[in-house]
Amino acid sequence: MQASSKPGLSVNIVTNTGTGTHSETGPLPMRMTVSKVNFYYGSKQILFDINLGIADKRVTALIGPSGCGKSTLLRAMNRMHETVHTSRLEGEIQLDGQNILAQDVTSLRRRVGMVFQRPNPFPKSIFDNVAYGLRINGIKGSTSEMVEKSLRRAALWEEVKDHLHKSAYDLSGGQQQRLCIARALAVEPEVLLLDEPCSALDPISTAKIEELLVELKSLTTITIVTHNMQQAARVSDFTAFLLTGQMIEFSPTPQLFTTPSDPRTEAYITGRFG
Amino acid sequence: MERHFEKDLNELKERLLWMGSLAERAVHQAVHAVLDTDEQLAKRVLDEEDAINELQLEVDDRVVQLLALHQLMAADLRFVLAVSRINNDLERIGDQAVNIAQGALRILRHPRVKPYVDLPRMTELVEEQVRNALNAVVRRDVELAQKVMATDDQVDHYRDQIFRELLTYMMGDSSVVFPAFELILVAKNLERIGDHATNIAEDVIYIVQGQDIRHPSVDRR
Amino acid sequence: MSARIKWRRFVSNFMLTLTGVCAIVSVSVLFFILGYLVFNGGTSINWAFFTRLPTPVGEAGGGMANAIIGSAKLLMAASLLGVPIGFLGGIYLAEFSGSAVASVVRYAADLLNGVPSIVIGIFAYSLVVLPFKHFSTLAGAFALGLMMIPITLRSTEEFLNGVPRYLREAAMALGASKWKTIASVVVPAAYRGILTAILLALARVAGETAPLLFTAFGNRFWSPGWEQPTASLPVMIFTYAVSPYEDWHRQAWAAGLVLLGLILIINILARTILSRGIAVPRS
Repeated sequence: MQASSKPGLSVNIVTNTGTGTHSETGPLPMRMTVSKVNFYYGSKQILFDINLGIADKRVTALIGPSGCGKSTLLRAMNRMHETVHTSRLEGEIQLDGQNILAQDVTSLRRRVGMVFQRPNPFPKSIFDNVAYGLRINGIKGSTSEMVEKSLRRAALWEEVKDHLHKSAYDLSGGQQQRLCIARALAVEPEVLLLDEPCSALDPISTAKIEELLVELKSLTTITIVTHNMQQAARVSDFTAFLLTGQMIEFSPTPQLFTTPSDPRTEAYITGRFG
Repeated sequence: MERHFEKDLNELKERLLWMGSLAERAVHQAVHAVLDTDEQLAKRVLDEEDAINELQLEVDDRVVQLLALHQLMAADLRFVLAVSRINNDLERIGDQAVNIAQGALRILRHPRVKPYVDLPRMTELVEEQVRNALNAVVRRDVELAQKVMATDDQVDHYRDQIFRELLTYMMGDSSVVFPAFELILVAKNLERIGDHATNIAEDVIYIVQGQDIRHPSVDRR
Repeated sequence: MSARIKWRRFVSNFMLTLTGVCAIVSVSVLFFILGYLVFNGGTSINWAFFTRLPTPVGEAGGGMANAIIGSAKLLMAASLLGVPIGFLGGIYLAEFSGSAVASVVRYAADLLNGVPSIVIGIFAYSLVVLPFKHFSTLAGAFALGLMMIPITLRSTEEFLNGVPRYLREAAMALGASKWKTIASVVVPAAYRGILTAILLALARVAGETAPLLFTAFGNRFWSPGWEQPTASLPVMIFTYAVSPYEDWHRQAWAAGLVLLGLILIINILARTILSRGIAVPRS
């Protein structure tokens, strides 16, 4: 696995997490590809020539020190960067082979969902939170069934099934974050982006969500930004290490954490940074 | 709450135990190649040596990965570290079995020195040691582990006995020196196997109780 | 040395006491006014006051029913003008706050807020009264509505800005367009504040007298429809207070009490709604 990967990983891939260490040979399909991406806020350049493939139905983690641009990259993947007027994206990001910049942004965001760092449920009931995406996208079908399905997938159903009409703010922090995951899952996105989803949570809630992500990847491709590299080690199949806007290394997770190719990666993961 | 690394831990244990069963079988076949002067059995041990060595590499790989990717704590950490040590002991047991098998091939070229009396008894003890040590790993059974360690003195005693007896034979008849010497080596190898089984038993106690009971004479403070 | 300390202590205590006294004075002015009104007008408040029309000059009795209804009509119509414009304009300012247009609008709204109410009255006079050639409820409502706009506008903007950015992001990340985000998430989250803003704007214009002098003018009788001049509480107070009749003076006090009571109630209501908690917790 080369450090500067071009999209289209076709190698011996040793997958992590719950499936032991067996290798899969042959090309792994890419759900999203990032090609020659440069990103600017006004005149300041944040990302420099990023190239990356997000493997289908796997967990890809973006790690790196604060300010390395990992969140910026993540937010570009569902065009959330456009909420800031001075932002500018050069290069191409593709979803299933189609350039996301050429599509309608609201339908893109239905296909590429996002969970944020701080749990941010709406000031509505639990049910209405999960149903929100279904309603605004005009998705037909039994809303209550779809809400239940999402809550089950987010491992929250048992805890809230008798309180669906209570305010979302009655839930604990960890439950609120799982609610946000359920809300994002309701519209059945093809890719789920998570921006440091556990950084505001206690260790037990964090563990629950990590287990959830490992289960969820069979449903949807997952990309996670985390400043906690142990979390990336525990949960992801592929890890990209970014430093001051550049991608230094992108490898299968077991490889990156046992024998990284770049000395900067090694310095970071052994904690000898800075 | 079940964590996904538990699957990896279980697989590690499985591979280790599989290696253990291969090592157990190698010891049994090697010694019986001597006791029953069975050339086929001895050759089989030599053929199966690679399997054990491959497993050693695999287990070590898994250990490294588990340690790097999952921040194992307490019993999980001790378990993985102990597995790493047990791995080595099992591979050494395999090596000793190979040595015995090679000895068997050399011995069978000569007529039998004497009826084997102590050797079968010693074999039984050592085989039981290895079996019990592996069972103690599976069941995390401290008592069983202690039984293994207690047997060690008896095994040593048998080795000394065999050595003295065969020495007498060698002094009495110079034509039996070669096979008798090989037999002494076989007894030595068996005793080493017993030692490795004892090491494994000590590791079990480390896993379960967190105590490192190696080298009791060293003052740990 | 100790004299210095004593002096310092004296100055400190004196100043603090002074601030306390001023605070009490400020509060007591309100109670003083209230007390004065109650004392002077309390006796004239009776059922007749609320239900009967003013009697001809010189006759005792009569009430201010038409003024009360008139004020109600004026406020209602003013809200219809001022609230939608202020509300939607406030949404624009909150959501496009960086644009040049927004800055101009904000500035202009603040200036409009400072325009003397009598000037607004004259403006409404030339725009509504002159073309139709008569005073009307419509003209009065127009003037009051204009005054409501800047308050509603800026308050709506404030409360919408108070809705945390992360709620908007959550909605957008689910595929909501900008308008859907505003309508389904931001406004509902800010509704208490916006309601309060509207109530406060109402309270502000309820007592305005000057603009009504040239627009609604006044009426001793009922004013059906919207195109006739109408009586209103503030103007009635003015008319009665400067009159030479004792009876009218008393009624003016009563009207003042009613008006102040109304405004106080609206203010307290507004504050209660707001204090019930903003919909979004500030964690």
